[in-house]
Amino acid sequence: MLEVANLECIRGDRRLFSGLNFELAAGELLHLHGHNGSGKTTLLRTICGLITPTDGEVRWQGENVRKQRDDFARELVYIGHKNAIKADLTGTENLRIACQLDGMPVSVKQAWEALEKMGLRGHEDLPVRVLSQGQKKRVALARLLLNKSPLWILDEPFTALDKAAVAYLQTVIQAHVAGGGMAILTTHQEVALTRGQVKSLRLGWKRDGDV
Amino acid sequence: MFEIIRTIINRDLTLAMRRRSDVMTTLFFFVIVVSLFPLGIGPELNTLRQIAPGVFWVAALLASMLALEKLFAADFEDGTLEQMLLTPQPVFVLVLAKVFAHWLITGVPLVLLSPLLGLQYDLGAETLGVLLLSLLLGTPALSLIGAIGAALTLGLRGGGVLVSLLVLPLYIPVLIFGAGAVEANVSGLGETGHLLMLGAMLLLALVAAPLATSAALRISAE
Repeated sequence: MLEVANLECIRGDRRLFSGLNFELAAGELLHLHGHNGSGKTTLLRTICGLITPTDGEVRWQGENVRKQRDDFARELVYIGHKNAIKADLTGTENLRIACQLDGMPVSVKQAWEALEKMGLRGHEDLPVRVLSQGQKKRVALARLLLNKSPLWILDEPFTALDKAAVAYLQTVIQAHVAGGGMAILTTHQEVALTRGQVKSLRLGWKRDGDV
Repeated sequence: MFEIIRTIINRDLTLAMRRRSDVMTTLFFFVIVVSLFPLGIGPELNTLRQIAPGVFWVAALLASMLALEKLFAADFEDGTLEQMLLTPQPVFVLVLAKVFAHWLITGVPLVLLSPLLGLQYDLGAETLGVLLLSLLLGTPALSLIGAIGAALTLGLRGGGVLVSLLVLPLYIPVLIFGAGAVEANVSGLGETGHLLMLGAMLLLALVAAPLATSAALRISAE
């Protein structure tokens, strides 16, 4: 279980959020709302441990994540705005290196299968540099298919993807959550996934319709 | 853990092979600087023998500093660095592997070429050997120390100048004992003491620098 207790984050001289509390149990999906600049990415990065919170703490299975960095990292996949893929390496190479570093080595065959499922058949052994923006995102997201970590933190996973890929990614996330996983995601797109039985959290002071 | 080190080294070497111009820049810089001195000063063999240790070491130091910029910058840009910080691997191990790969790419070619370049300075076979050995011990220490500066200045504008200011003072002991070893051999004093000091500095850097670098990377990633 993931708990966020009294979390506060100040960047520069702006207080992005303070006194933030929520919990996420196995099998739950959290949809994070908020206008541009409201601190969604900062919150996600704080939960990952990339940013030190000004106050409060993030707890994983009851213990502060900063005290169990390696164990928490094993349970977590973070996919941010940056795709974290090397432009000069091929899709399979990128995927295999990422999985190896995550401590879950995969074979070439598994990497090929994951890329094929992400709709990259025929592009597996091209340097990522020649792929389109959406295809690069797909390479980055293919990690989700191979990684068995329970907590997924996805920052705008649907940007640059086409309709088919958005639909497929939603089924992947849904299957993960249904299988007892947890996911936190931000998106500005209206997707079916975020309707219905999901938790949601709104950051920022603007109301709907304000610019 | 060795599996991880191997993965990182393999990755960085593959990337370097696919983008050779980056590797060549450092090497060419070293070759050109070292070769310009005999042309500029003239063929006075005694003078050349005297200035050789200093010229080689200053050139190696500047080349090493020139290459620092590329150590973490690309990984920082494309987000692979923050993913590395989020892996269950100890960060100092990743840093150690990255610095080693960086040294293989930018340091080793320069070390191997130095005896050949040394011929321009009329250095004897024994002195060339000492030069090679001193660079072999010194350049990894330079890469390790430089990594701290490179990590601290990640993502800053004008980071290149700042890196030089940060790491140059730390480079100086290595320069003194590196050039000192070659000089001691040329003047017949015996180079062992200097080489041992260089080795000690390398060991110290090997222990302390990766830890400092990982702390600096965490700060830069925020």
